[in-house]
Amino acid sequence: MIKRFMTGALVLLAAAAVFPIFFLVCGSLMGDGELAGLLAPVLENREGFAAWKLLPEYPTLRSYIKLLLDSPEFFVMFWNSVKITAGVLAGQILVGAPAAWGFARFRFPARGALFTLYIALMMMPFQVMMLSNYLVLDGLGLLDSIEGIVFPAVFSTFPVFLMYRFFAGLPEALIESARLDGAGELQIFLRMGIPLGSPGMISAAVLGFLENWNMLEQPMAFLKTKEKWPLSLYLPNISMDQAGFAFAASVLVLLPAVLVFLAGQDYLEQGIVSTAVKE
Amino acid sequence: MLLGAKNYRKEVTGLMRGKKRELKGLLFVLPSFAGVGIFWLVPFLDVVRRSFFSAVSGEFAGWKNYETIFRNQAFRLAAGNTLHFFVVCIPLLVMLSLLIAVLLTRRKKGIQLLKSMFLLPMAIPVASVVLLWKVLFHDQGLLNHLLSVFSLEGIDWMNTDASFGVLVVSYLWRNLGYDIVLWAAGLGSIPAALYDAARVDGAGEWKCFFFITLPNLLPTMFTIAVLSLLNGFKVFREAYLVAGDYPQDSMYLLQHLFNNWYRDLALDKMAAAAVVTGIVILLLILALKKAWDSEA
Repeated sequence: MIKRFMTGALVLLAAAAVFPIFFLVCGSLMGDGELAGLLAPVLENREGFAAWKLLPEYPTLRSYIKLLLDSPEFFVMFWNSVKITAGVLAGQILVGAPAAWGFARFRFPARGALFTLYIALMMMPFQVMMLSNYLVLDGLGLLDSIEGIVFPAVFSTFPVFLMYRFFAGLPEALIESARLDGAGELQIFLRMGIPLGSPGMISAAVLGFLENWNMLEQPMAFLKTKEKWPLSLYLPNISMDQAGFAFAASVLVLLPAVLVFLAGQDYLEQGIVSTAVKE
Repeated sequence: MLLGAKNYRKEVTGLMRGKKRELKGLLFVLPSFAGVGIFWLVPFLDVVRRSFFSAVSGEFAGWKNYETIFRNQAFRLAAGNTLHFFVVCIPLLVMLSLLIAVLLTRRKKGIQLLKSMFLLPMAIPVASVVLLWKVLFHDQGLLNHLLSVFSLEGIDWMNTDASFGVLVVSYLWRNLGYDIVLWAAGLGSIPAALYDAARVDGAGEWKCFFFITLPNLLPTMFTIAVLSLLNGFKVFREAYLVAGDYPQDSMYLLQHLFNNWYRDLALDKMAAAAVVTGIVILLLILALKKAWDSEA
């Protein structure tokens, strides 16, 4: 009896967790008329309560068509989001992987202090670093540019820490034997470190994608020109009287993130666990 | 014999690992550190310096900026709310995720599916859920509709102190899966033999939980709590997109305050507040690092 109840509660809670996806997809397939009927109390302060349905009564793709055909600004901002996310990820791996390797496999002077600095920086919330971020972007003339969003994120220290955890777990004997065979340090990193540590790099990329696709605070503070905005700033600005349009746009923003999640869930979990637990 | 071979290898390794080799590590770290220095470290040190100067006159101001923020009504409100938020949410999240993780590991099937469902909110962009949050927490929204079905009085979530609840729900929803994954890893590392032995001795489920599971998880608990706290700052995203610059008082967080001071270019106040908040978080991180190092 108790077991049944627990299972029920568990399933209910899990369903609540994914309800937003169901809600958005469902709404995006409704016409404006049907949405207005359901949400009138919220949209127009009409009497009564907003309601929802399990399935759209008159499913239509009209909202998507409108989004894809009549709203060039959506594509501009979608492309901005892609540019920011791709730039940040490429940079994080390119700069971060060697650094992680350096921390994991070498014992140079001041290593401990440097690494502590990296850990401290990776956990600072954006707001604490907001002013310093502004000052440096202002100094370099990068305010209101996509580069100004990408560069600081490239040097975020979290991916370094995550990849470090994976690199540090590789057996020393393996690397030692390559060294005895006369391989140079760079060669060892490229030929052994990267292939063997690739789960760590993929984990960093998956977590990084979800984080940067969702980036809000930085563009909000540093991008003034609307044409440079990513989607995260665009969506909340769609007015509620275009409800169907807003639903379809929300689904299209959601889609890449959910695909990355589904494809990389194992790496995502490994990444989460290795942040917290030493292997 | 085996020990001898090991020692021999160690000696060779020791010889090969000259200081010169170890220094090469710096070359690997250098590009990253240069960027970290330029974009994070140096500007933050500049912020620390600025926190002791007046933004208007540029004169040395001593502790004046710090006095100003601690007297500032908005700062007190925001700091209090942020603290309140963490005190309520972290125990709630940590306990609930532990409960779910324990229930999940006891199940025979559907574990992976349920785990994925709890983890999925991590992937959902804030901008996408804003729409739902607005419809859900509106005075005439879905949540109050649901309450009315059970003949319960609805609450105006966004415009009364209940707005704090919106923060709590947002936070739990997004972070539950993350903590469940962490707990599940901790649970998986407890040797099954411990449970078998206890059961042979006649211990029931609850006894097993209190005398085996909990003590074994205690070291993990601290890590999870700190990570949950640091992830908690991101709840600002939902709060901001749903309620804007000046939300209802009880959901006005430090993050809102920073945002508003930034917009007003109150740089000296921002600098002092960044230093104060930064120090509090740094202390937490150092405690966490100490726990990690002692774990190894």
